[in-house]
Amino acid sequence: MLPYLLRRIGMAALVVFVAVSVNFMIPRLMPGDAVEQQLSAISAAGGQVGDIQAAAAALRERYGLDRPLLTQYLDYLGHAARLDLGVSIAHYPERVAEGVLASLPWTIGLLGTATLISFVVGTMLGGMLAWPGAPRALKVVALPLVVLSAVPYFMLGVVLLAIFGLAWPVLPVAGGFPFGHVPQADLQTTGLILYHAILPAASIVLASLGTWAVAMRGMLVGVLGEDHIMLAEAKGLSPRRIFFAYGMRNALLPQLTQLALKLGLLVSGAILVEVIFAYPGIGYRLYLAIGQKDLFVIQGIVLLLSISIALVMLLLDLLYPLIDPRVTTRQA
Amino acid sequence: MSAPVLSVRDLVVEFATSRGVAHAVNSVSFDLEPGERLGLVGESGSGKTTTALALMRLIRPPGRIVGGSVVIDGVDVIAAATAALRRLRGARIALVPQGAMNALNPVLTIATQFEDLFAAHGQPCTRARIAELLASVGLDPGVADRHPHELSGGMKQRVCIALAVALRPAVIVADEPTSALDVIVQKQVLRTLARVQRELGAAVVMVGHDMGLMAQFAHRVGVMYAGRLVELGDVRRIFADPRHPYTRMLIDSLPGFGQRGVFKGIPGVAPSLLAPPPGCPFHPRCPRAGAVCSAELPPPLDLPDGRIVRCHFAQEAADAA
Repeated sequence: MLPYLLRRIGMAALVVFVAVSVNFMIPRLMPGDAVEQQLSAISAAGGQVGDIQAAAAALRERYGLDRPLLTQYLDYLGHAARLDLGVSIAHYPERVAEGVLASLPWTIGLLGTATLISFVVGTMLGGMLAWPGAPRALKVVALPLVVLSAVPYFMLGVVLLAIFGLAWPVLPVAGGFPFGHVPQADLQTTGLILYHAILPAASIVLASLGTWAVAMRGMLVGVLGEDHIMLAEAKGLSPRRIFFAYGMRNALLPQLTQLALKLGLLVSGAILVEVIFAYPGIGYRLYLAIGQKDLFVIQGIVLLLSISIALVMLLLDLLYPLIDPRVTTRQA
Repeated sequence: MSAPVLSVRDLVVEFATSRGVAHAVNSVSFDLEPGERLGLVGESGSGKTTTALALMRLIRPPGRIVGGSVVIDGVDVIAAATAALRRLRGARIALVPQGAMNALNPVLTIATQFEDLFAAHGQPCTRARIAELLASVGLDPGVADRHPHELSGGMKQRVCIALAVALRPAVIVADEPTSALDVIVQKQVLRTLARVQRELGAAVVMVGHDMGLMAQFAHRVGVMYAGRLVELGDVRRIFADPRHPYTRMLIDSLPGFGQRGVFKGIPGVAPSLLAPPPGCPFHPRCPRAGAVCSAELPPPLDLPDGRIVRCHFAQEAADAA
């Protein structure tokens, strides 16, 4: 067990290290000079930059780009280890880490909840669809949900917005929060946050529920055809016990992998949903940063994304043996 | 003869396929005495496994038990309500599955799979009881804490036997219990099965295609062909004096040391279950077949030695012998 743990943790550390390094190298490998490009853009727009060469040199010095690559790299590693992601170009001198950390709870709250809800409901639904003893009505209910999974979530978001926000205005159309309200840690604030989250969350849940259900159904149909299910029946076990302990549990592993990947990707936000609902999460911030060519913010979010995927995969590796004991003995 | 512990009458199982209905099991009837070991033999597709699984109503769609009865403890397994059926399964009639490799749930410990069985029948399950059951099949009590993938094929099959006898059933259905094992382990597992069965006084229905293994294990043998029981009787009588031509050819096809390099088989192929030949299903391959064979299905004939044979010439063969 211990070698397994150490191997997994070592692997996660390696992945983070590689991700950080790649994140350092990519902007420097890109053709052209970011600093000169920015300056010529300013001058083309009619800005006064004076001697471009001198200004560029000053900027390079300011960002430490004039030093040897190795020094820059070590410096960058040191900053990354302290989660110092530099300053935003568009909102100078706001620190990237601060901005990202301010958006993170919104995204995690909205997407985390929506993802977990659709995972749990979708997986159960898929399981019931594969179960011969399931009530017929369930299959009738499930069909439209499966069809909805073919609709992109942002399309669904627009449609929901048009219906519940405009045609029949019962739900807020934008923001994570009523404008002008001072957030406090009380029930009213919580209620308002939930109220604003209904539409974006619903569009994500409705659009992904079917995907979970279809995947689970396929897995469970395979498991139910296995010999151990017949022996469980021959032992006289109750259908409920066979369904959960001999069917669902065995079919769950690929679903959990998917869930972990989804949760890992979560910190990049659901850009389109956040943009449609003007939701103050990471996705919206990334969208703005791309529009403003705010390199350091984009880089910071990408870094956050790779680290969170590595951590989630590590968590998953640690959870796997609890669900499928065959995993520990396999050399990976 | 004491009262039969299991009574099978006119069992019919069909499989609905896209090309028509396959008659996998056709009016199969037999009784099982307490403590008796009955072997069901036949080639692939003869319906022996389907018959065995039908005894526990474990036929899955597209298969369907169309008719007949399987009575144990006065309850008809085929007609019983699902709750009553669940009470019988595992407790009164238990399964030793084919392919023990995949018969245990890979994600649960052996102990949990015992506990599930006891819990399903409302019986207390202690560690001592599990250890005792494992010991009875020659396994270490430590096996209880293992997962199936940590055990060898023979060990897994022993666990399956221990599970089958745990609630002291009256009937054990063993579906080719040794087909996935090498010959040494086969013998050990069969010996174990025979021993626990004897201690328990349970009757066994064992399915297999290995006539040699059957001759050693079974008291009575039922030979199946195209979904029908064509000969049923005492194992020694059947081997000494087979009455159905198919049985004789099956026994003759056993390899021996007589002529090396010569494999005797049964010419022809097993008939389609979708459209079985008219009359006796064996007549296209039968050396003794006459005009009557392609016209009429032979009825089950009771011979004086207690054997039941489905052949028009069963009596005649006796006269010739």
